[in-house]
Amino acid sequence: MANAAFSVSFAGPLVTVQDAGRPGNMRYGVSASGPMDRLAYDAANAALGNPPGATAIEISLGGLVLQCKEGAITLAITGGDFVVEHGPQKTGSWTVLTISKGERLAIRAGKAGSWAYLAFAGSLETEDWLGSQATHSTSGFGGGALQSGQTLVISDAGIRDDRLGEIVQPDFTPDGPIRVVTGPQDHHFSEGAVERLLSEAYKVTDAYDRMGMRLKGPLLELDGALSIPSEPIVRGSIQVSGDGVPTILLADHQTTGGYPKIATVISYDTDRLAQFRAGHSLRFTSISSEHSIDDVRTFMGMKTQYLSQISVPRGSLEQRLMGENLIHGCVFD
Amino acid sequence: MEPRFKAIADHALLVKFADDASVEAHTCVIALDRAIASDPPVGMIETVPALVNLLVTFDPVLTDHLAVEGHVRKCLKGLKVEEIAGVRRHIQVCYEASFAPDLEAVASATGLSTDAVINAHLAGDYHVLMYGFSPGYAYLSGVTEEIQVPRKPAPIRDVPAGSVIIAGPQCLITTLTMPTGWSIIGRSPNAIFTGDATHPFLFDVGDNVTFERVDLATFERLSKDIDHG
Repeated sequence: MANAAFSVSFAGPLVTVQDAGRPGNMRYGVSASGPMDRLAYDAANAALGNPPGATAIEISLGGLVLQCKEGAITLAITGGDFVVEHGPQKTGSWTVLTISKGERLAIRAGKAGSWAYLAFAGSLETEDWLGSQATHSTSGFGGGALQSGQTLVISDAGIRDDRLGEIVQPDFTPDGPIRVVTGPQDHHFSEGAVERLLSEAYKVTDAYDRMGMRLKGPLLELDGALSIPSEPIVRGSIQVSGDGVPTILLADHQTTGGYPKIATVISYDTDRLAQFRAGHSLRFTSISSEHSIDDVRTFMGMKTQYLSQISVPRGSLEQRLMGENLIHGCVFD
Repeated sequence: MEPRFKAIADHALLVKFADDASVEAHTCVIALDRAIASDPPVGMIETVPALVNLLVTFDPVLTDHLAVEGHVRKCLKGLKVEEIAGVRRHIQVCYEASFAPDLEAVASATGLSTDAVINAHLAGDYHVLMYGFSPGYAYLSGVTEEIQVPRKPAPIRDVPAGSVIIAGPQCLITTLTMPTGWSIIGRSPNAIFTGDATHPFLFDVGDNVTFERVDLATFERLSKDIDHG
């Protein structure tokens, strides 16, 4: 199959190459990286019939503008509520489209969401590090951050007419408080700090990147024992600095650190948390570790079912035009 | 030592041997890490050794905290703490002034000559405690008391990769151009990123490290060897 090539007309900060990540290297100071919103990323690949974990591009609020220089390829765009401009056509994220030589694709921040995903019906050619193309943003290792002016080459570029159109969005993501399991260092906080975290509202600040999200809200005072031995950190750890300000560590977190962790966000809630923007108000609720296992298994069951549903081709364009109304927002020449 | 267990969210278990850092606690961490590596529980993703505790992460669809804890308890029963011996790694350091902008400051803070600081650094017996901060940043214990200096009040930006830096009892060889508040006393031509897929980082936690002094010509020759892969 042929190649497709794009020039990057514009890439905002933190627009990076991501695959499913590189777990297994935390002992060497390397967090797993991978998508900030794993559900949206998985959906983009599923909607194209790609194998899970195929390399895609994570798009920040800064946005991305591409110009197709060579060939043609089908793409999927998911995540948040971004604006997608393909030539004169304007849609939201959660769409599959085909772009050809000479056409322009712009993906910009829309009404909601912090991260969108662009997956390709083909193989994005980028750098590999420790067996993964995921970008570790602070070191730049892996596929790396996209730069204006660079060229992207996708080999084995495919056209998937049977997959074009809107992608059904997941409807099983809870919208209640962010769930945490308290600890592991909740005992290092002054009386009432854990209750404060679980009862008060916190706001996302603009100190938010792939490493973590700093929050604004009632301070969580330490009981004075600030210097604990450096301990392992996970994605979702809520660490509290000496001034009582909490930060939730995310995909490119440091692997060890000496700040006490008051609680840990359960795994799939870090994905919906990642879509919040600066100024968003959020609350936390505590669940037991046993409950967290039940919740994650229920969620993963629904996720697997959802991904398998959207991975089924919906038939050729002709078949679909005969079988259903024109999908809203799309105009076919 | 009898560890305590703490569930971390839905996907990890923290096994903690002590509240405060000690050689004994760290030895237990390394022994358990090795025991689990040779007999991993179902669904385990990875282990992360630190100063007083070991993190065990897992796939919550395949297992849970209790099952992993049960497996860890089984590993603890046969734990042979006294048999822990790390590999000894030899690291070359060039203390040339241009690579060691803080050598003079460490000398004046400790009342030693720069040569005495270098000799004290070479005399230390170093031990890889854990990785952290950034990929490949291995924290070594063993800086001798006479050259222990506190962190600087503010970090210095753009410190080159390969810098040998010290703060308190710890020493580190940087792998990236990054800011640091530690004192920069030399530079190593040795690659911490080995380029070997089966052993991508030079040190394992628990290894022992000896520093060896090289002159500028040797540094440059060895650096070139790295560049040429």
